[in-house]
Amino acid sequence: MTSINQNDTPDVLPDFRNLGVVARILVAVNVMALTAALYSATGWMHARDRFVEAAALIEPMLLSVVLVLYIVAPRLQRMNYVAGCAAVLGIALLFALATHAYWARSETLAAGLGRTFVLTALAVALLLGYFRLRARAYSPALAEARLQALQARIRPHFLFNSLNAVLSVIRRDPRRAERALEDLADLFRTLMSDARQFVRLADEIALLERYASLEQLRLGERLRVAWEIDAAPSDALLPPLVLQPLLENAVYHGIEPGTGVGEVLVHVERRGDRVLARIENPYHPEHQHRAGNRMALDNIRERLMLFFDAEARLETRIVDNRFRVEIEMPYRAERSPAP
Amino acid sequence: MSALRVFVADDEAPARDRLRELLEDISDEVPSEVVGEARNGLETVERVPGSGAQVLLLDIHMPGIGGLEVARHLARLSDAPAVVFVTAHDRHAVEAFELNALDYLLKPVRAARLAAALKKAQGAGPPADASLERADARAREYLPVSERHRIVLVPVTDVLYLKAEQKYVTLRTREREFLVEESLVSLEQEFAERFVRIHRNCLVARAAIRGFERAAAGEEEAHWRVKLEGVPEALPVSRRQWPVVRALVAEK
Repeated sequence: MTSINQNDTPDVLPDFRNLGVVARILVAVNVMALTAALYSATGWMHARDRFVEAAALIEPMLLSVVLVLYIVAPRLQRMNYVAGCAAVLGIALLFALATHAYWARSETLAAGLGRTFVLTALAVALLLGYFRLRARAYSPALAEARLQALQARIRPHFLFNSLNAVLSVIRRDPRRAERALEDLADLFRTLMSDARQFVRLADEIALLERYASLEQLRLGERLRVAWEIDAAPSDALLPPLVLQPLLENAVYHGIEPGTGVGEVLVHVERRGDRVLARIENPYHPEHQHRAGNRMALDNIRERLMLFFDAEARLETRIVDNRFRVEIEMPYRAERSPAP
Repeated sequence: MSALRVFVADDEAPARDRLRELLEDISDEVPSEVVGEARNGLETVERVPGSGAQVLLLDIHMPGIGGLEVARHLARLSDAPAVVFVTAHDRHAVEAFELNALDYLLKPVRAARLAAALKKAQGAGPPADASLERADARAREYLPVSERHRIVLVPVTDVLYLKAEQKYVTLRTREREFLVEESLVSLEQEFAERFVRIHRNCLVARAAIRGFERAAAGEEEAHWRVKLEGVPEALPVSRRQWPVVRALVAEK
């Protein structure tokens, strides 16, 4: 019989090095233990005692399993899904056996080895099932993210003004016009690419430079961009169009409302296993009714969440009359697999 | 036919260049000369009056004052030019132009459309203030004050209070007073977010309120007075408005 694969995104194991995943495992197992305690106990106090007993048994095992999964996560990611699941189950059962062996010497142990195995296997199956469902639920969300990225990105205002600027230099400086159209083409190529894939930081920075060059054509000396990108890890991976919209916002809200010269700062660096990006622009409090800024920021925050779960953050601040957006995300080098 | 005097206002240099080029391209059909340029709203308001412009090509998206507000201030001039708005993309503005029969061009501007707009503008006077007001849903950022023969604009953020006195409304900033030719009622409506009415004849900037004092003047009933930042005078609060004003203080 031929199988029809309707889902073009294959199942993958969760990333056991992700803080969100680890937290979910810890909470879920403890909730299961609590449920069992509440169910089997005769009263509230009894239930509490039961839970404490169970915790003494479960916690060391649970933490060991999580630790081992953390260590072998890259290997697991390379296995196919079924083998990966089997490996996870194997690890859990191994620790169940070890725990059992340890407690068997004392007399407090209630369950037999068989029941310990079944309980462990059930917990593993439930969790893997949950993560699979969650990943599936999010894959349309990722597809959606692409649409959102498109909608929130590149203001028509920018497109039409840029085209207008290109038209204005065509006669006097055809080469500059050519370059501007090439930049525009690159920008749109990225916009129309698959937003579910990670991109290299170097590519995102190249995009920033193309974008800045177009804005420069339009705004001339009014726009100054200070680049602090020497310490940027070019092989880091990040969701596409995370920085470019921030630069676009910076120009739109920081430079365009001003009559004089304004400076935008682009700062990207790696600090340990984190990548930090900061974009600053002059702050014009009287022009905050030009909305849309929040929307773009929410969109980026949401996409960072989809890609990095709890490990990325985006913050905005106003410092010394400058509007500052900071992004912090885990440093993932090019070879590590996508979620 | 004498050349049409055109003024170009846009914050982007390439956009101004482009309009100049196009005006040249269509000079056989509509002869024109550019009598001035401006890079932002305030410059436009300053330079247009002396330029003798008959038509103003006005970008609506400019730093400082936006195009629609610029048009409203210029409409007060005795020899105000006809206005053709220019915008790259602003759905709301375009809707408002359509609704209020204001002429506009979309960027990038086409030569043929520009020629048509200029021909139409040639005979037309300045846009009616009422349609401009309807098209611009936002409160203005500047208030025009009466000065001889020119437009002087006071940023709304500088205004501490507005007080009706007989025919005129007095506008007070930290430095001095001006006269405004608008009614307190319409000002109150337009700037409801910024000012609060403390008396039948007085609107006060919420942000400027520093405190209150109780004053008993002779045989009059005791009443409250508002103290403002930057000016010595305290303004009486009417009994009727006191609850509103007090609630405001509680919020602070």
